Amino acid sequence: MGNWDRFVETFFNAKVMAKYWPDILSGLFVTIELAALIVVTGLIAGLALALLRSLGIRPLNWLIVFVVDLFRALPPLVIIVLIYFGLPSVDLVPSGFVSTWISLALVLMAFAEEIFWAGITAVPRGQWEAARSTGLSFGQTLLGVVLPQALRITIPPLTNRTIAITKGTALGSVVAVSEILGQASSAVSNSYNPSPLTLGAAAYLVLFLPVVVLGRWIETRFAWKR
Amino acid sequence: MTPPAATPIVRATAIHKHFGALHVLKGVDLEVAERELVFVIGPSGSGKSTLLRCLNRLEEPSSGSVVVDGIDLLDPRTDINHARQRIGMVFQSFNLYPHMTALGNVTLALRKVAGRGRAEADAIGQAALARVGLADRAGHMPAQLSGGQQQRVAIARAIALEPRVMLFDEPTSALDPELVGSVLQVMRELRESGMTMVVVSHEMGFARAAADRVLFMDEGMIVEAGPPAQIFAAPAQERTRAFISQIKHH
Amino acid sequence: MIETFLNAAILKAAWPILLAGLGNTLALSLLVVPLGLAGGVVLALLSTVRVQWVRWPLMAWVDFFRAFPPLVLLIFLYAGLPFAGLEMGGFGCVAVAFFLNTGAYYGEVLRAGIESVPAGQIEAARSTGLSRLQALAHVVLPQAVRNVMPDLLSNTLEVVKLTSLASVVALPELLFQARQAQSLTYNPTPIVAAAVIYFLLLWPVVRLLSRLENRALAGRR
Repeated sequence: MGNWDRFVETFFNAKVMAKYWPDILSGLFVTIELAALIVVTGLIAGLALALLRSLGIRPLNWLIVFVVDLFRALPPLVIIVLIYFGLPSVDLVPSGFVSTWISLALVLMAFAEEIFWAGITAVPRGQWEAARSTGLSFGQTLLGVVLPQALRITIPPLTNRTIAITKGTALGSVVAVSEILGQASSAVSNSYNPSPLTLGAAAYLVLFLPVVVLGRWIETRFAWKR
Repeated sequence: MTPPAATPIVRATAIHKHFGALHVLKGVDLEVAERELVFVIGPSGSGKSTLLRCLNRLEEPSSGSVVVDGIDLLDPRTDINHARQRIGMVFQSFNLYPHMTALGNVTLALRKVAGRGRAEADAIGQAALARVGLADRAGHMPAQLSGGQQQRVAIARAIALEPRVMLFDEPTSALDPELVGSVLQVMRELRESGMTMVVVSHEMGFARAAADRVLFMDEGMIVEAGPPAQIFAAPAQERTRAFISQIKHH
Repeated sequence: MIETFLNAAILKAAWPILLAGLGNTLALSLLVVPLGLAGGVVLALLSTVRVQWVRWPLMAWVDFFRAFPPLVLLIFLYAGLPFAGLEMGGFGCVAVAFFLNTGAYYGEVLRAGIESVPAGQIEAARSTGLSRLQALAHVVLPQAVRNVMPDLLSNTLEVVKLTSLASVVALPELLFQARQAQSLTYNPTPIVAAAVIYFLLLWPVVRLLSRLENRALAGRR
């Protein structure tokens, strides 16, 4: 058997792949589900915090800034481990799935708040004044005038950050979530062959490569208009 | 056009330059004699800056030949980086390195290309800054200097390498009117010291006073050449006349 | 509550273990940050080559590692490659994975920095006889780094946080040590303590970044 055959036999073993691809596929669906939950809840929570911050209530803003700083400073895996292994001590027993979801949603919330807030403050004061001078309320100005402009500025950095954090779903394998990496790892130890990892890697690329390319496209598209 | 008498220090022959479908230079011949000041005028888009940039190969001519000080710039065996030290260039937008002091700007190529030690490079750089009247600004960052001072530092950066030819690409176009004089003064002194110069500019007064020859370019060709008095007062070509009167009425 | 999450006795017992972990986290960061930066500089310099057969593979390389979760890369190196007889050990796998992953990110940041430097800078340098590489090294790169300083710092913060992945391949960094201590004591205090240590270590960086980003924004207005 030549080197090439041995390589293919090891990493692209058809028999092993045929046996385990349903596992990887079910892992793919778990990853998608987890990612979707993280993106939706994280972005909504981040936007809500940024809007709260724009009210300008001092003590509340300090709290928001602290929470944002906290989840920017902590490694996501530390948060996941903390929730998964820590909360059971007070008789809350979140599953690995829920732990990963909450952790990464909090991290995305923190980064999204920063980005949304930066977008809001980047809109010139004159926009506020013009809108208020025509009789629009604070809320109407914020939602109708400022936010649409802010969102445009925020889309490129937000896309990149969201991709980076969503990739963190692989961390769920550490707390026994049966997402792609978790499925692939257990298949490797069951089959004594790394082909499931190859499949898993391919699944991640299928899932994230289009998003990365899309992110690049968005970045250049929005850079043109500035 | 009448070629200068002495052996030319710059000899560009049949220069063509295409940018995609655009034919920017259409067979330009240019000879510059030693110690000569050639002034190039023409409407924007006429190819005068492109011609200048072909003379140190910042722009690669599509065809033709460029020989400067006996060196064939388009010969692949030519060490272009070595050759460029003999050809100083001054840009419209100064292009000083914002992260280095004035002296740092002047000495970078001395140290990295000419291989001078730091002390020696600093001494040469100080002398070059003195020549442009900025000896006391050596430690300043570009952002702390006026536009006119920045452009003079840029001239010092070029002359510190003791070039045989200096190319000026609209050196005063980006300056506020009150700062133009100081730069022209430095150029005049450079001229008096015998420097060979090719200047693309709209400063007609300077051309009248200092140029040996004025070239008028339009649509990628040299339309007319001659002494400044002739070109400005009695141009032979209709296109030249139209351009000159347009500039005068500005 | 405090008895559970910040138990003084357990904290005291676990403290030396945690400190050793912190030391390893710092040492690991000091290794992988320069490693990733070096990879990034190479990628960014390559990106200035305006030749199609360099640009496309380069972009594919960068996008590949941006799409690939770093943990998957690490596991592939750690659990997959030994099947091909290539055993690098936890430490080697971490070094290679970080070089590939963070190199791609640093490369993107530095590329944006290089593109932010006006073309006239390189022309001026070339006109004085500097070679392409000299012009990039002495004129373009210093300005590029300054222009994208906030992004470089932000990326570095992410890299330091990412060193916690090394716990998965049993490198005794801070998170690994905390989990060891937790499983020995059946108490989450060591993990809480590790989180606090991470926060105290990285909070100043987050604050600094927040300021830099605000200042950059104010400058744009």
